[in-house]
Amino acid sequence: MLRRIVKGGMAAVPSVTFTFEGQAVTVPAGTTVAAALLQEGVSAFRDTAVGNRPRGPYCMMGVCFDCLVEIDGRANRQACLTVARDGMTVRRQRGAALLDPGAEGGE
Amino acid sequence: MSGGRYQLIVVGAGPAGMAAAALAARRGLRTLILDENPGPGGQVYRAAETAGAGPEVLGPDHGRGRLLAEDLRSSGADYLPGAAVWRLGKTGDLATPDRLEVGFTVSGRARLIRAPHVLIATGALERPMPIPGWTLPGVMTAGAAQTILKAEGMAFEGAVFAGLGPLLYLTAAQYVRAGVPPRAVLDCTPAVNRLRTFRHLSRAFDRMDALGKGQGWIRELKQAGVPIYRAVRSIEARGDSRLRSVTFAPRGRRRTIETAHLLLHQGVVPNTQLALAAGCAHRWDSEQLCWRPDLGDWFQSSIPGIRIAGDGGGIEGAEAAEHQGRLAGLAVLVDLGLISEGERDTLGGAHLRAVAAERRFRPFLETLFRPADSFRIPADPDTVVCRCEEVTAGEVRRCVRLGCQGPNQLKAFCRAGMGPCQGRLCSLTVSEIIAAERGTLVPRVGFLRPRPPVKPVSLGELAALDGPEDD
Repeated sequence: MLRRIVKGGMAAVPSVTFTFEGQAVTVPAGTTVAAALLQEGVSAFRDTAVGNRPRGPYCMMGVCFDCLVEIDGRANRQACLTVARDGMTVRRQRGAALLDPGAEGGE
Repeated sequence: MSGGRYQLIVVGAGPAGMAAAALAARRGLRTLILDENPGPGGQVYRAAETAGAGPEVLGPDHGRGRLLAEDLRSSGADYLPGAAVWRLGKTGDLATPDRLEVGFTVSGRARLIRAPHVLIATGALERPMPIPGWTLPGVMTAGAAQTILKAEGMAFEGAVFAGLGPLLYLTAAQYVRAGVPPRAVLDCTPAVNRLRTFRHLSRAFDRMDALGKGQGWIRELKQAGVPIYRAVRSIEARGDSRLRSVTFAPRGRRRTIETAHLLLHQGVVPNTQLALAAGCAHRWDSEQLCWRPDLGDWFQSSIPGIRIAGDGGGIEGAEAAEHQGRLAGLAVLVDLGLISEGERDTLGGAHLRAVAAERRFRPFLETLFRPADSFRIPADPDTVVCRCEEVTAGEVRRCVRLGCQGPNQLKAFCRAGMGPCQGRLCSLTVSEIIAAERGTLVPRVGFLRPRPPVKPVSLGELAALDGPEDD
């Protein structure tokens, strides 16, 4: 389990709330999506595209692409490089991300 | 617009990038520094301005990052966080033959900016440690654990640290200070490494401070009652949907430790992705067991205008990276005619001496912390090598037996290196497996050539590009 070690001062930091698979997750502002989910005890962020196997973050620095999740309808977001924001909708990524022409070209 | 908006673009805001950009901007250079992370510091000084843990946990060195970040912020350089650079190369424009072009995405918008000088300061990444089960959720790198500690002030309870090198012990010691001691440390340093360091011992005595730090971390672990198993020769991560236990073989019988968190580390290697994709010449370093760019005395790559400073040019550590960044910045000033070579040598003298001192010490570290072949070239055929495309060591060997000569051919055989990480995590392993299987040397096998875009960019983002912004 991921434990928060800093006790003092945390109350001063505003918190943000997003949802993961529909469940509310509240963390101090500035927390990455990956760290927030690990703190919630989520170990598998996605199922792989080839073997459909569970994967979670490995490098936490944007190199390994194992922490990919779906954020606000967009697939393949690197959870370790994305800072959690209020109202974000985060979902587990299952298998190969399906191309959604609306999401790609419609922005 | 004469000369364009920027004279220097720096990629990466770790110690080398921050130091270079600040120096250049203070001398009046129009400087842009791009970085993928939310804040400056790079990995070594991750979250330099907003660290989630204090110096009592991280130790005194992390404070250096805050000073560098302050220097960068007040220097006048334009700093863009959250920027993923996916292209670097010549403009391909006949009117601007000497200019370079950097493509990046920030806040979902792709941009192209041109400049005559680019400094690659993309630092290092952890060497892959492909053991059986390393793709299970719960298996991460020690660097990842340290990132979470620095940036978020959080630590994994009951974790097992495994591998070798300073970062492994530093992070384990920081866990002790944080009140979350590791369950065990599995030290994979081959016993023979210590003997081999003898010829470098005199150099090591020049850096008793560094040796003392390492001994201090081990002492902290022992005092906290953390078991340290030495000369561990094999490790296996076991579990179903996530890690449940770690099995390992030190001297004597196999042991199993139940844990949900295994943190691997066996040194760092240059993050060469952008430099390789740009076409900068690289060669195999048989001591550091990695590819490193061919660099001139003033950090010039083989492509005019592109310099590489810090660990991205060869592993020399955070202090050396900072000095290298300043030297590279001075060299750009000379190229632009703003200072003379004499001024550069005077201003850079202390930095040159510091870099040379660090370089003398490296062979000792490289010899002591050279990872065993068995942890780089997995014997177990079922061990995953390419995590993205889920290609195993056995599959790579089978392709070699079918006639595959090198890593770029291997892409066509089995897609190894073609996933989103573009070989960042399998390139070294793949080249070493192919070389071993063919009975030849790694340089004869070559490297996985990354292709732009080196970071994923959507077609929508590319379609919305207006073209270069400043010519």
